Amino acid sequence: MSAITHHVPDAILASYAAGSLPQAFAVAVASHVSLCAHCRGALEAHQAVGGVILEDTKAVAVSASLKDSILAQLDAPYTPEPVYERNGIFPGPVMEVMQRHAPRWKKLGMGVRQDILSADAHGSVRLLYIPPGQAVPDHSHNGLEMTLVLQGSFSDETGRFGVGDLEIADETVEHTPVADPGAACICLAATDARLRFNALVPRLLQPLFRI
Amino acid sequence: KNDYSDETIWMLAVRDTRDRGAFAALFDHFAPRLKGFLIRGGASPQQAEEIVQDVMLTIWRKADMFDPHRAQVSAWIYQIARNRRIDIARKENRPMPEALKEEPELEPDASQILGLEQETTQLKQALAALKPEQREVIEKAYLGELTHQEISMQTGLPLGTIKSRIRLGLQRLRHELKDLTQ
Ligand SMILES: [Zn+2]
Ligand SMILES: [Zn+2]
Repeated sequence: MSAITHHVPDAILASYAAGSLPQAFAVAVASHVSLCAHCRGALEAHQAVGGVILEDTKAVAVSASLKDSILAQLDAPYTPEPVYERNGIFPGPVMEVMQRHAPRWKKLGMGVRQDILSADAHGSVRLLYIPPGQAVPDHSHNGLEMTLVLQGSFSDETGRFGVGDLEIADETVEHTPVADPGAACICLAATDARLRFNALVPRLLQPLFRI
Repeated sequence: KNDYSDETIWMLAVRDTRDRGAFAALFDHFAPRLKGFLIRGGASPQQAEEIVQDVMLTIWRKADMFDPHRAQVSAWIYQIARNRRIDIARKENRPMPEALKEEPELEPDASQILGLEQETTQLKQALAALKPEQREVIEKAYLGELTHQEISMQTGLPLGTIKSRIRLGLQRLRHELKDLTQ
């Protein structure tokens, strides 16, 4: 826990608290907060601000029947929402996106594997498996990329990232994450736009692998 | 304990003794504010009432998740309302951090609970002291109307003390946190 050194920036935590963060990033942030007491405290502080604003909001009268209708439902049976718990290296929010499956790895070459957990026009969430010493193909970003380490560690031009660390890279960052020696590095990567790989072959492969 | 705010006393009565009168008091206090809040956030009046109903039922059903050492009632309800709003607007479940469950034998720590209430009051005063334009930006951010890029340009809120206060509450959960890392 104390080993986490790369946290969620405050503006992103506020955006997550307010519910305005795109889904893919919300998965990455919720996963980091599941691992990080520091960011959990900060997130709850943002919720406190939201609570103060809620308290100060001008009241609008509710319909006369609403209260009785709710009181009448207090004992009604209901289906509780599913609870997703951590499983091994995967925090609850990742288990939710995986729908409790084990990862379904697809080879990307050079021992690198990925599992796209969700992808649509707004963004994607995937798991990356990088063998020790291996690099994620050289790439730049159209938008924002969040990478959360779940196992092992990687290093790139900006520093070293171990379990629980969250790297945030945008258009201005061109980096080559390389898995450190030891255990294979498994990361959760969330993007709001497709990554652009700089080498020719990976670019050709991009549509194929929906990176 | 008598020094706790009404909202906290009501919520603890709901949590610990399933007190319907206290729940009705919470409804009277929060339902009209929630409705106003949701309408400001873009919901229609009818949609807002549906969400208010969902939120109030969630408060009743998930009362055992309320921890006054870490959250004011308003903060807890804010978070529930945001989640319901997103679930309905985007038709997808908002990913949530894993819940931390408090050890049942832990005694309530009144100084921590009151300390958090004081911090929140100070936060409220700090917000009230902002220039109207500034305050509007902050409100927009927490209503979910600003992107994180826009939020990062806003002037910082004085969150320092409330953060450390909430972390104190979190320290009570050290054992659970230790389990999480194993
Ligand atoms: Zn953190
Ligand atoms: Zn990258």
